[in-house]
Amino acid sequence: MMSAAALQLSYVGALLAVSVLAVVLARWRIGNAVIYGATLLLCSAAGLGVLRALIGDGAAVERLVLPIGLPWLGAHFRLDALSAFFLVVINLGGALASLYALGYGRHEHAPQRVLPFFPAFLAGMNMVLLADDAFSYLLSWEFMSLASWALVMAHHRQSGNAQAGYVYLVMASFGTLALLLAFGFLAGPAGDYGFDAIRAAPHSGAAATLVLVLMLLGAGSKAGLVPLHVWLPLAHPAAPSHVSALMSGVMTKVAIYGFIRVVFDLLGRPDWTASVVVLSLGGVTAVMGILYALMERDLKRLLAYSTIENVGIIFVGLGLALAFQANGQGLPAALAFTAALFHILNHSLFKSLLFFGAGAVLVATGERNMDRLGGLIHRMPATSIVFLIGAVAISALPPFNGFVSEWLTFQAVLQSPQLPQWGLKIMVPAIGGMLALAAALAAACFVKAYGASFLSRPRSPAAENAQEVDRFSIAAMAILALLCLLAGVFPGLVMDALAPVSAEILHIRLAGQTELPWLSIVPIDLRKGSYNGLLVLAFIAISATLGFLAILRLSPHAVRRAPAWGCGFAEPVPQAQYSPDSFAQPIRRVFGTLLFRARDHVTMPPPGSVAPAKFSAELHDLVWENLYGRIAAIIEAVSTRLNNMQLLSIRGYLSLVFATLVALLVVIAIWA
Amino acid sequence: MGVTLDDILVQGLQMLLVFTLAPLLTGFIRKVKARLMRKRGPSLLQPYRDLLRLLRKDVVLADNASWLFRATPYVTFAAIWVAAALVPTFATGLLFNWMADLIVIVALLGTARFFLALAGMDVGTAFGGLGSSREVMIAALAEPAMLLIVFCVALVAGSSQLSTIANFIASAQVGLRVSLGLAMIALIMVALAENARIPVDNPSTHLELTMVHEAMILEYSGRHLALIEFGAFLKLLLYVSLLACLFFPWGIAVSGAGLQSYVVGTAVYVVKLAAVGFLLALFETATAKMRVFRVPQFLGAALMLGLLGTLLLFVSKSL
Repeated sequence: MMSAAALQLSYVGALLAVSVLAVVLARWRIGNAVIYGATLLLCSAAGLGVLRALIGDGAAVERLVLPIGLPWLGAHFRLDALSAFFLVVINLGGALASLYALGYGRHEHAPQRVLPFFPAFLAGMNMVLLADDAFSYLLSWEFMSLASWALVMAHHRQSGNAQAGYVYLVMASFGTLALLLAFGFLAGPAGDYGFDAIRAAPHSGAAATLVLVLMLLGAGSKAGLVPLHVWLPLAHPAAPSHVSALMSGVMTKVAIYGFIRVVFDLLGRPDWTASVVVLSLGGVTAVMGILYALMERDLKRLLAYSTIENVGIIFVGLGLALAFQANGQGLPAALAFTAALFHILNHSLFKSLLFFGAGAVLVATGERNMDRLGGLIHRMPATSIVFLIGAVAISALPPFNGFVSEWLTFQAVLQSPQLPQWGLKIMVPAIGGMLALAAALAAACFVKAYGASFLSRPRSPAAENAQEVDRFSIAAMAILALLCLLAGVFPGLVMDALAPVSAEILHIRLAGQTELPWLSIVPIDLRKGSYNGLLVLAFIAISATLGFLAILRLSPHAVRRAPAWGCGFAEPVPQAQYSPDSFAQPIRRVFGTLLFRARDHVTMPPPGSVAPAKFSAELHDLVWENLYGRIAAIIEAVSTRLNNMQLLSIRGYLSLVFATLVALLVVIAIWA
Repeated sequence: MGVTLDDILVQGLQMLLVFTLAPLLTGFIRKVKARLMRKRGPSLLQPYRDLLRLLRKDVVLADNASWLFRATPYVTFAAIWVAAALVPTFATGLLFNWMADLIVIVALLGTARFFLALAGMDVGTAFGGLGSSREVMIAALAEPAMLLIVFCVALVAGSSQLSTIANFIASAQVGLRVSLGLAMIALIMVALAENARIPVDNPSTHLELTMVHEAMILEYSGRHLALIEFGAFLKLLLYVSLLACLFFPWGIAVSGAGLQSYVVGTAVYVVKLAAVGFLLALFETATAKMRVFRVPQFLGAALMLGLLGTLLLFVSKSL
């Protein structure tokens, strides 16, 4: 009997083997089915295996050392409750992406650029979660980044994708650099890179602060924290849709895992000031992410920006947990932490679902631009239902799962008056307000996305002649939609499954939820707040049915079809209806005037002229222009200066080498 | 959470009460408004007649209306009704009050609005899109304000559950609080925006360029329109009940208190409805509608009031 950790590692090995096999098989037609079938099986086995461990007895920690990697260190692997939870999230996403790709992948025109890297990407993510020393962690992290980069570059000839890949590569390298330094500080001068040794050593003062900042830079750039998010909306949509789903729904979670592992587990208890930083970053990320999404008309980029928003919500939960933990308030900390974990699971579910939906739309119409979609609800009935469920869930509306984690986060916010620090007391309600703003804007954003692509009249012939997609894709989306509903209706089950994680990391767990009558959830105290998704769903269903039956009796008249009324003004062309941009106009005007320097320009022809009036909207990405534009300009200027160094004489080079040598010797002299 | 016959009775009566009173409240407000303008105004029962009239009419659907357009009236009506049934009206301690707290009630209204906004986009006319886009803009501003109000009230009462809050505020230990006053003003502002009342939107017209809610539902007719109108009546009643239960819970009966106090509670509740309805009509007659892009400032003020109320509570628990 193999230990669970060894079993998980063998799945990783099998995924890598599939990856090698794919290099050979990608040329044949059968490759698609074989490779995705294999990843589907392996991910399901891996996910179910740890799920059993998580529900059964999460407390068991298993270790494994392989004699590979650094000779004096070896490769350490470890399976505990935290990694088990993330393994479930990742392998669930991986399995469903594989199922979806069984159908979607058949439309791939360059399978040899996708198939070998897909299992490798999955293997990389699994390895990050299992790694138990800094070296194997970073190695797996880089492996994951490179595999996903290769997938981003799968369609490298499409405009913009090469740039997306480049920006991604730069940001990923920057992130890894930050992580490398963070682990360096964690290991200290003694340099023991095993996680056990790091955990045992005390961390405090400047080094701990630096580690936190570096983790926010390293893991935050991968997760998409504003202002490190710029690569994400470029790279995620560029990949094939099932990979976009994995990158957005799952890979960002691996980054968050890294943050939790280091900040909550390895670093010990950070000071409360750390939570201020995390909270404000989370709040800003949530609001900015969704505002960017609202300004977008490319469906997949909209989804990528909404990922940034959700990462912000998760970081708010983590920040609250840090704040409560720093003040020794165990239960509220466990509540906030559970809320963050719950949202991690939820986001992986509905974001994968929505990216699959966007992929289905792409297959059916060849379009990602919502300006050329519309009316798909008539032609893609199954996709339109599951996409609607995903849209409702991500907009944090009851009775779906997005609402539960949002509600738990608000419950944690409501605990904040117990915090002793004034800074936090004043800040947390404001952050709560930002969360509510983000949730309302998310609803607006998904009304826009769904309204423009699935409802309204078709805006292009492609949308008019769309066909429903294959059964595999629909099955994958339907499973995710069902999971969104189940997690929203039975939140107690999920919270109980998360309890071992919070017990392991925070040493305190919330009270068991499944024993409560009627399957309610009561995070702290019944008098403080409770929620019952099952009853909410039941009551809505019952009253809607009652209303329907009553109406049927009272008003049995037939339905008559007629041209749209529109106050008597029939619009002849579909372009005259509200476009995604015009839908976002009120919000663009309210929020964008400041945040995006948005301006609407209207050019009216003089009276009597028959020239058309012109309208254009101007938007600026201030983060990109001011931060990254400036950095790029500085690098450009410095490298232009340094260009002269390439043309020195041999004497020049020799004196440079000599000067460097002297400088280094001086440094050593001072150090020692 | 033991269930008694009394609990079921109270819960059932609440659901029935909001159901029957909602059109009456709207009729009352219309009547008062008309009288204030020195018109006679329609009868108090006119909203009921309107609903029946709509039920008797054919449904005319746009050619390209989808199933979502037809399902939306039922979904929104159900969500609003469930939300309205969760707000204590004449008695606290509802059977299902632990099913949902104030945040859930707000979110249920959000669900209703989400579907209505989608239905506005469905047919693909300019009016529908215009209404939807403005509705979600207003909601995006109203929801954070609402959360801060919830936060402020929950801070005073130590709970986000409505029955607990109402019982706490009705008890003698609260007295006059500045922060609750601020929260109340903020809630009134949010309620005006959420119910599409003047000065944010005008409920009695749909031929104005600045309209929001009425533009969104322009394509609806017959029984579908009846359900949506009924939902709007219920939503208004919900907000009025919320104001009454959060800030003026006096006279509200405690569940299990016996028939007499239920009767008193109901009478007091009706008086409260009439009072708030009268004030609303007075306010609507005295103010003009504002431009759509002034609404952010209006709701921003509500947000700031909510935050101010919360911060005052940190300064002193007795403020």
